[in-house]
Amino acid sequence: MIKIEHLVKNYGSNCAVDDISFEIQKGEIVGLLGPNGAGKSTTMNILTGYLSSTSGTVSVAGLDVLDNPLEAKKHIGYLPEQPPLYLDMTVEEYLIFNYNLKGCKLNRTKHLEEICEVVKIKDVYRRVIKNLSKGYRQRVGIAQALIGSPEVIIFDEPTVGLDPKQIIEVRNLLRNLGRDHTVILSTHILQEVQAVCDRIIIINKGKIVADEKTENITRAVENNRRFNVKICGPQKEVLATLRSKQGIVHAEVLAQRDGDAYSYLIESEVGIDIRKSLFYTLAEKKWPLVGMEAMGMSLEDVFIAIVDQSAPKSRYERRTPKTRGRGEAEKEIAKTLVENAEKTKSGGGYSALFDDDNSESGDK
Amino acid sequence: MFAIYKKELRSYFINAIGYVYVGVFLAAAALLCCYTTLGSQSYSTGSYFTMLIFAFIILIPLLTMKLFAEEKKLRTEQLLLTAPITAWQMILGKFLAAFTLFLGTVLVSCINFFPLYSYARAERAGEEYSSIHIGPVTGEIVACVIGVLLIGAAFIAIGLFVSSLTENQLAAAVITVSIIFVMLILDVVNQYIDVYAIRAVISWVCVMSRFGSFTSGILDYTAILYYLSITGVFLLLTSRVYDKRRWG
Repeated sequence: MIKIEHLVKNYGSNCAVDDISFEIQKGEIVGLLGPNGAGKSTTMNILTGYLSSTSGTVSVAGLDVLDNPLEAKKHIGYLPEQPPLYLDMTVEEYLIFNYNLKGCKLNRTKHLEEICEVVKIKDVYRRVIKNLSKGYRQRVGIAQALIGSPEVIIFDEPTVGLDPKQIIEVRNLLRNLGRDHTVILSTHILQEVQAVCDRIIIINKGKIVADEKTENITRAVENNRRFNVKICGPQKEVLATLRSKQGIVHAEVLAQRDGDAYSYLIESEVGIDIRKSLFYTLAEKKWPLVGMEAMGMSLEDVFIAIVDQSAPKSRYERRTPKTRGRGEAEKEIAKTLVENAEKTKSGGGYSALFDDDNSESGDK
Repeated sequence: MFAIYKKELRSYFINAIGYVYVGVFLAAAALLCCYTTLGSQSYSTGSYFTMLIFAFIILIPLLTMKLFAEEKKLRTEQLLLTAPITAWQMILGKFLAAFTLFLGTVLVSCINFFPLYSYARAERAGEEYSSIHIGPVTGEIVACVIGVLLIGAAFIAIGLFVSSLTENQLAAAVITVSIIFVMLILDVVNQYIDVYAIRAVISWVCVMSRFGSFTSGILDYTAILYYLSITGVFLLLTSRVYDKRRWG
């Protein structure tokens, strides 16, 4: 449906998008993820024909955006970062204007009614946009993108500035749209892509650093290798035992205390489920294990690590306390993802590294 | 194109700007007409039209200042440029909307000539000899209206171009005012220049020097072509602005 090949965009000497290639199939929901200024919006603007590319080709539904812009644009619905609303119009007037602008051939009353149903703006249909709240404005912007029922819908940060309830509504809406449309979504919120997208493309400094199915990234993130364990017993001895235990690569005391139980953070070797053997070890020593909690890595950690990995010279100097001491696993995942991206670029397809990792741990 | 045309025309009358423009235009036209014809006991309308053109210094920027500047400020420009229309359709839609409103007010302001005609009829009724023409010359008025419309179109194109350069409406207005002012004032300045070569060049760019033939009731095709080419050139420049933004 969408094919981007070796896309480059320079603003003067500033390179915003640097040799990006990817392909999106019909019916996919793809999340473009990246920090501010990574080149997400630029990519989208080129895709929608708002900007031209410096080099490379972009085609939508088999039509080149540069050679055949009018036809290509008919297949795209676009919601820019700031919804392009005429504040002095009513919602009705605005939608009719867009209907005419796009030269839409569908039955007008019926089509607009359907769209209003989908984005839930029926109750503000006759109100002036100026007087609407941010959430409603955003929805009117989404409605605008849906007019003409385009095959590709592109959203640039659709949930920015909405309240939590509205965010959930918009996400549900996006997921529903994904059933009959190809949806591209840009965001810097990780839960969003996790919740909505089938596939995640992570962009940093104009380059693709990871291009993976969402499950793969999620699985990597939820890999059970780190635990917060609560053990009753003398702190120093327990720590020494944990450190000397086979299969544990890292152990440290956490500053939490629950009665006579202390909390420890342990990290196991790749592919080893440490939980059972840990229980028996502690039972032998008669130190009761009173709590064990898997410490999944947040997508943020992975994201920061990936971004770090892809740009080793600009490391995040100040790490939040939450991420400190978690370096090992993150780096590993990041490395894998970056390697994957490179392989994908060179035509090697998706690597099955994540699956290997998991099947191993299942065996032991 | 038609969608944009309709939207722009409508937006003039949703916001105060359209009413301000129409009100000021008609009031200025009526005052000037009284002053130049009835006030000075003359049936000649040439000086009325000449002075009306000077009023365009203020009036035309009112029409054009927001056309692109506002779109840029509200980021709605992105909507138009990602819609399946060409930049030309967008520019022409906006130009025609402004020109339609301009055309409308010019035609409505022709109501000012009714007193002249009825005055002339009353005067003629008292006179026995009808060999001398008494009253305004219709041909002259028609020629002048055509000339005014052409000049207006040229100024609107200039205003449109300026508006596409900035996102600040006030800046667009001020720059347009200055450009139109200079174009009109050149004719006056030219009278004080002795060097023939400079005078020739200035009179060539000068808008008003070509309006003279219209006031004598002559449709001078070089003048018509001249005004149309100014309009064309500035519309072309506006489309270049959008091309450049896209490729920049």
